Formats: sequence, structure tokens, C-alpha cells
Amino acid sequence: MTVNGGRQEHDVEPRTLLVQYLREAVGLTGTNIGCDTSSCGACTVLVDGESVKSCTVLAAQADGAEITTIEGLAQGDRLHPMQESFRENHALQCGYCTPGMVMAAISLLAENPHPTEAEVRLGLEGNLCRCTGYHNIVQAVLHAAETVEAGAA
Amino acid sequence: MIPAPFEYRRASSVDEALTLLSGAGEDAKLLAGGHSLLPLMKLRLAAPSLLVDIGRLRELSYVRDEGDHVVIGALTRHRDLEIDETLRAHVPLLANVAGQVGDPQVRHRGTIGGSLAHGDPASDLPAACLALGATLTAVGPSGERTVEASGFFTGFLETALAPDEILTSISVPKTDGAGWSFQKFQRRAQDWAIVGVAAVRGPRPGVALVNMGPTPLRATAVEEALAAGAGAAEAAEHAADGLEPPEDLNASAEYRRHLARVLVRRALEEAGAA
Repeated sequence: MTVNGGRQEHDVEPRTLLVQYLREAVGLTGTNIGCDTSSCGACTVLVDGESVKSCTVLAAQADGAEITTIEGLAQGDRLHPMQESFRENHALQCGYCTPGMVMAAISLLAENPHPTEAEVRLGLEGNLCRCTGYHNIVQAVLHAAETVEAGAA
Repeated sequence: MIPAPFEYRRASSVDEALTLLSGAGEDAKLLAGGHSLLPLMKLRLAAPSLLVDIGRLRELSYVRDEGDHVVIGALTRHRDLEIDETLRAHVPLLANVAGQVGDPQVRHRGTIGGSLAHGDPASDLPAACLALGATLTAVGPSGERTVEASGFFTGFLETALAPDEILTSISVPKTDGAGWSFQKFQRRAQDWAIVGVAAVRGPRPGVALVNMGPTPLRATAVEEALAAGAGAAEAAEHAADGLEPPEDLNASAEYRRHLARVLVRRALEEAGAA
């Protein structure tokens, strides 16, 4: 599979989960394991551009796919607009849910570039923040939607 | 949590999947999106010896307008159903329900066929297919056969599918112009419904319930009351007749019966029953 633009090839046991593969074989530990029951969304990555919970996908199922993790967003020192917006809006407290939130938010804007606040809240229903810091996370996603639009214009 | 060891084979055609299944016995399972099966395997509530991955059979992912029906490939993902223009125009209930399953990440992986074949009474799509009077097509070693949704769910997580059969498509009558409603009562955003109701009015009316028994089921007492001319409030009083809903952390059986009556009334009113 391709991870953050680089080709990866490993032999894995069939039962290897994508999140395990990314963390242990590829060595990218930015994708967190939270609940491990496909509830919390901390392990969200993009598979061919769409958000999925990598604790509920076999590595073998993602064979040949293009995976993007939180490590694949920034370009050198330049943060991805969503990361920058999370920073600007103080959209993190402990930070554990942040990688998954950012990936889910990017997928959300790819499907709906101009969401309302309600649509952002609904679009992030698969991601839990244990600090309950949802307010600033939602603000960050709305701000990112504006920023990206302004940048594109 | 890691699943118990299993053998993994990826099928590149329906025929190859059938060959892999045949002779593997009841211990083999088909893997589509994996969002029902993998969680069970991680909890070790399921430990199949062989997984046949059919997730790449693109030929089973489609929505087709076929006159008075819409036919859906079994591997069509919830997200694809949610945004499909044909489905939204002709069977809006199903597109709406698909958009309420789980959360966006789940909808990017889960498939309608996987949801139906899993047969979970707490799932949304089986109830929608029951209310719509869907017909399911499966293929096995001896060829193709069809099963009515109303005869498909045979027990808790059990369906009419044989271990060596593959669900290939779901045919749903168009409901153009008919009123419909889906009511899902849940404690938290991404939860399964504590109780859910799918209702369709018009020439082919149907009412089905989520999480009100061991299988997804039709609210036959409500349907009969409506057929006999009852209004929404009167028919809804029969929502829990003869049912034995489950008890769990979220709700007692009695609370579920109460919810069913309230939600059926709301569903019928929204769908436009008198």
C-alpha cells in the first residue's frame, strides 16, 4: 500500500489491523488507538481519501490503497490548513483525539466544503473527545472551511 | 484487541468467492466492509477459520433504475446509498436511513449487503428493507434464488442465507410520491437505535421496527390496523403487540414497548397517515 505518498510492502498476519500495521510495521505512531471498538475515532485515517477507523480494517483489506495519516498532512514546516486551524482555535486539550479529529474533519470538508455548524457536529459524530472540547473543534473546522475557500479564491 | 487467527483469501469474482466458500463449511465467513464482522471477531465473539474478502468485487456495487424498482448491488456502501440521486428520488427512505447508520467512517466502509446478511435486530437498514418490501437475491452453488425481506431474518444474527451462498443484490419497489419516515431513538449520536421505526405509506405500505425482538421485524399489528382503516394514533397503540423486545443497559423491555408506540405514532404522522 501507499502511506503518505511512500510505498510500503510488508508480509503481515491476516489478523493484523490497519492501525497496528501503521504503528508497528510502518512506524507511524501519530494514529492513536483509543477505544479499539470503532467507537471513538482516534484511529481515523484516510483510505483513498475517505475517513475510516483503522482499528476496524484489516491491513490486508487496505492492500493497494492510498493511506494518509496525520504525519502525511504537513509539508515540511508548513502545517496543513486544518492543523493550522486547530492550532489557531485552540481545538485541543489533551490532544489524544486530535489526529483522528483532524483526519475526520478533512474528509468531512472533502465531501461538504461549506458545512453549517450543525453539519460539522453531525459530521464528527464518529469522533469522541474525552476532554469534551468539542466547541473549539467545531470552530476550527468551520474556520478551516473559510480559510481553504479564501486560499482557493 | 486482536482477532483470533484465521486464513484470509481475497476473491476476485463472485464465482471465485463461491468456490472458496464451498467445502469450507460453516466456519468460513464473507468479509465485505467488515464493520459488523470485525468488531465481533476482535471481541472473540466470532472466530471464523476462513475469511473470504469480497470487498473488491466492484461489480456488486451499484444502484440501478429498473422501471418500478431500484436494484442495489449488495456491496454498495452506506455512503454511496446516502448520496445516490436515483435512490434519493425514488426510494428516499432508504437513502435517508443509509445516511444515519453509525457515523461517517462506518458509512465509508459498511455495505447494505453486509448489514442485511449480519441480521442484527439493532441495525437500521434491515428494518428499512422490511418496511419497503425489498426482495433479496442470493447466489449459491446451485444458482440464483430470491428471498423476500420478510422471510430473510430467521433468528438472532441468523438469516435465510446458507453458509455457501452470497447475497448479491437487493431490489426495492419505488415509493415515488408516498409518505415515509424513519425514527431512530438513541442516547448518543453514533449509537445503535434503542428503538427505531421505518414506515412507508402509499400503495405498498409497510412499518418495521429496529431492536424490538430477536430479529429485525415488521410491525404486523400496526400494518393490519392501518389496513383496517385506523388512524396513526390508533394504529400506533399496537406497535408492541406480541413482541418480546430485549432488555439491556439502555432500556427495559417495557420502556422499549413504550418507545415503539411513541415512535410508530410519530413515524406514521410524519409519513402522512390520517
